[in-house]
Amino acid sequence: MSAAPTAQDATAPLDIDPQVHVEFLLQLGDDALILGHRLSEWCGKAPVLEEDIALANTALDLIGHAQMWLGYAAELEGAGRSADRLAFFRDPYDFRCCLLVQQPNGDFGQTIMRQFLFDTYHLALLRMLATGKGLVAHRSFPSADPRIAEIAAKAEKEVTYQQERSADLVIRLGDGSEESHRRMQATLDALWPFTRELTDRDPVRVAAAEARLIGDPGGLTPIWEHEVTKVLKAATLTPPDLSHFQSGGRDGRRHTEHLGHLLAVMQSLPRSHPDATW
Amino acid sequence: MVKPDTDQIWDWLDSVPDPEIPVISIVDLGIVRDISWQGDTLEVSVTPTYSGCPATAVIELSITSALAQHGLTNTRLKRQIAPPWTTDWLSDKGRTKLTEYGIAPPNPAGGPSECPRCQSQNVERISQFGSTPCKAQWRCTDCLEPFDYFKCI
Repeated sequence: MSAAPTAQDATAPLDIDPQVHVEFLLQLGDDALILGHRLSEWCGKAPVLEEDIALANTALDLIGHAQMWLGYAAELEGAGRSADRLAFFRDPYDFRCCLLVQQPNGDFGQTIMRQFLFDTYHLALLRMLATGKGLVAHRSFPSADPRIAEIAAKAEKEVTYQQERSADLVIRLGDGSEESHRRMQATLDALWPFTRELTDRDPVRVAAAEARLIGDPGGLTPIWEHEVTKVLKAATLTPPDLSHFQSGGRDGRRHTEHLGHLLAVMQSLPRSHPDATW
Repeated sequence: MVKPDTDQIWDWLDSVPDPEIPVISIVDLGIVRDISWQGDTLEVSVTPTYSGCPATAVIELSITSALAQHGLTNTRLKRQIAPPWTTDWLSDKGRTKLTEYGIAPPNPAGGPSECPRCQSQNVERISQFGSTPCKAQWRCTDCLEPFDYFKCI
């Protein structure tokens, strides 16, 4: 990631606890960064060339989003850090990504199922931040922070395309051969416990909603459920009936063991050469 | 110092090629959003095509060096993301050049209107993504040639 030139707007004064503001941006940036890195692990070894290119392009978009979110978080934090510094020099407990994006790639179907579950949430979230769309009309408003609304509007265009693709592939693989169906059902069962955390009202989101950085985050759940149910049905897949879901990524207290391994790979080069520039 | 007027500068930037698709200029691509003098500093606003497009840094470097070749060294680049870039900003000249180069220009219908080589309308999608973030891969079912399609966003 390279340093961005001058940021475009002076931030208008917002009545927001700076810590909530930064933590909220870290949630957005860390999800994009970690999933972007996961997808980049496919580079050069996806099942077919077209999919290899598609996964790498999706990874690029997400890392681009991470650069914008983390760059803004670093600016607000005012501690002299940059997006790169936040990406490469924090330890697992300082990450605010959800557990779903940390899950290993598995086979191609598992990667696509993870992508679909995340994309559907991501699209609803970005729309909410950019325009308020998806909420009941009288409560629709874009993020009170125009910088957040702008980044979300940019990212939304790309994620719309990504979600169309991952939903299409989930249907083709789920409603495909006996073997592809079996694998997609198994991966849905394995990933489902990590989905509740996506739309959870964690304390940072609740505080961000109070500050009008985001609309009612609970509004994301029905939008996500509606789209996911529709696509899974077309894919002939059935979500498991669970009473307990996993969480712990949003406050960094209970990340999965996978995050540490991912960071070890992602961060080793910059940490070995902390003064290098390129 | 003599400050060239901004029309002149738009012309200069219209000769800076896009690093990935060198037949079109960065002005054709619609990513140069504004050029203005702020005192003695020339400010150029640039918007990225795709958030993670690796060409963005190269484009910024090409702008700075093109301006320097015309004697403008006191320049500042501003990265602007709102409103977000759309393929509607691609110039007509740019669309024609893309077609001549073998890349089907963006089409609001969601796919290329015809094969850029034989103009057949019998085309099919190979992949939603292509060699750069802004392209997808399609194929003509008449001349059988694969071709790039500039995605519409």
